[in-house]
Amino acid sequence: MAAEGKAIDALHQFQLAPVLGGFGEQFLFSQSTLFMAAAVVCITALMLVGMARGAVVPGRLQSLAETSYEFVHELVVGQVGEEGKKFFPFVFCLFMFVLFGNLLGLIPYAFTFTSHIAVTFALAALVFVLVTIVGLVIHGTHFFSYFFPEGAPKLLAPLIIPIEIISYLSRPVSLSVRLFANMVAGHVMLIVFATFVVMIGSAGFIGYFGAVLPLAINVVLVGFELLVAFLQAYVFAILTSIYLHDAVHLH
Amino acid sequence: MSKSLRLAALTALAMLPAAGSFAAEHEEHAGGMPQLNFGDPLLVAQVFWLLAIFALLYVLMAGVALPRVASVLAARRSRIDGDLEAARAAKDRADAAMADHRSATARARAEAQGQVASAVARAQEELAVKTEAMNAKLAQQIEAAEAQIATARAAAMGALRQVSADTAAAVVARIAGGADRGLVDAAVDRELSARGHA
Repeated sequence: MAAEGKAIDALHQFQLAPVLGGFGEQFLFSQSTLFMAAAVVCITALMLVGMARGAVVPGRLQSLAETSYEFVHELVVGQVGEEGKKFFPFVFCLFMFVLFGNLLGLIPYAFTFTSHIAVTFALAALVFVLVTIVGLVIHGTHFFSYFFPEGAPKLLAPLIIPIEIISYLSRPVSLSVRLFANMVAGHVMLIVFATFVVMIGSAGFIGYFGAVLPLAINVVLVGFELLVAFLQAYVFAILTSIYLHDAVHLH
Repeated sequence: MSKSLRLAALTALAMLPAAGSFAAEHEEHAGGMPQLNFGDPLLVAQVFWLLAIFALLYVLMAGVALPRVASVLAARRSRIDGDLEAARAAKDRADAAMADHRSATARARAEAQGQVASAVARAQEELAVKTEAMNAKLAQQIEAAEAQIATARAAAMGALRQVSADTAAAVVARIAGGADRGLVDAAVDRELSARGHA
């Protein structure tokens, strides 16, 4: 992929670096964690400033805050049922955190912390641990019957149980890799086409016209990435709700 | 939707080797993707920072923000319910007032019709009485008039007989030179009754 002696360095954007000078170096505070903090600030600002007036007829910001609340609330209650209400704050935090991580990452020069498998896996592991604990607390040892569906022929137990256990254990992997891979792919594509624009554009007068195509593709990609940012946050939240449903109701 | 997600994930995964090969040429640190460079202390620290920051977010949301949204939503719901309740009560009152109005109208109409009917009956009765009185009076007058006519007629007939008898007596006296008045009278009477004038 070398052109004019330069390579498209699509992965450098994911490189972690300490920020805020000495503080960052001492406490290993990278731009990734900075954007996590920024996401928390944005979410908190949206929810607190938006609801500051608590008006009966909401304004724009309050409408947004209420819509996010009701969207996630309906999602959780719809999937888990009334028992799911106590998990609503957790799923809400997950949804908003992932959504703001994805959206903030689309701002030029920003860092997308959801493009780090360590982050997405940590979140998925959190979900996995929570779901398992919830299952054990509610059902005790009966929870393990989850791995052998009722009514299945006993003969198939040696086959079904390992499959169910593997599928259960692979949940955090699929949950984290899905988000990570989507964000990485999107940002790699954005930077590849952005580099094309610069490369072709530097080829002189004709290059200006040639560069229009990758630029147009990037415009479309940004729109697509906005969709992906929302969709992946939604998927993360709804899968968490589905896992919680399984833990609460055992199938 | 899950199909398109799977497609997106597959596309993303398909991109990864290609992305790795872009970097393989020029990344200084060994091993392509910075996300998989687990020797980087920043990467490991990221997880601890994530847990701390996410915990902070959870505390802020569960402790402050979400209860606030819930209370605002509950207040709105109760206000809407209250307004609906008030509207329903007002509608019930309006319906009751309408029913009252309708029954009052029906009652008033029935009353008015009764009064009209009785007034008509009374007027007809009065009319009948007056008509009868008038008829009786007219019949009396007719009777009186008939009696008068009969008297006048009798008088006229009497005068006619006198004139006839006188004339006949005068004629007989002229012709026969003297007349028996009794015979003449009898002859006139006979003649008059024969002509139907008696």
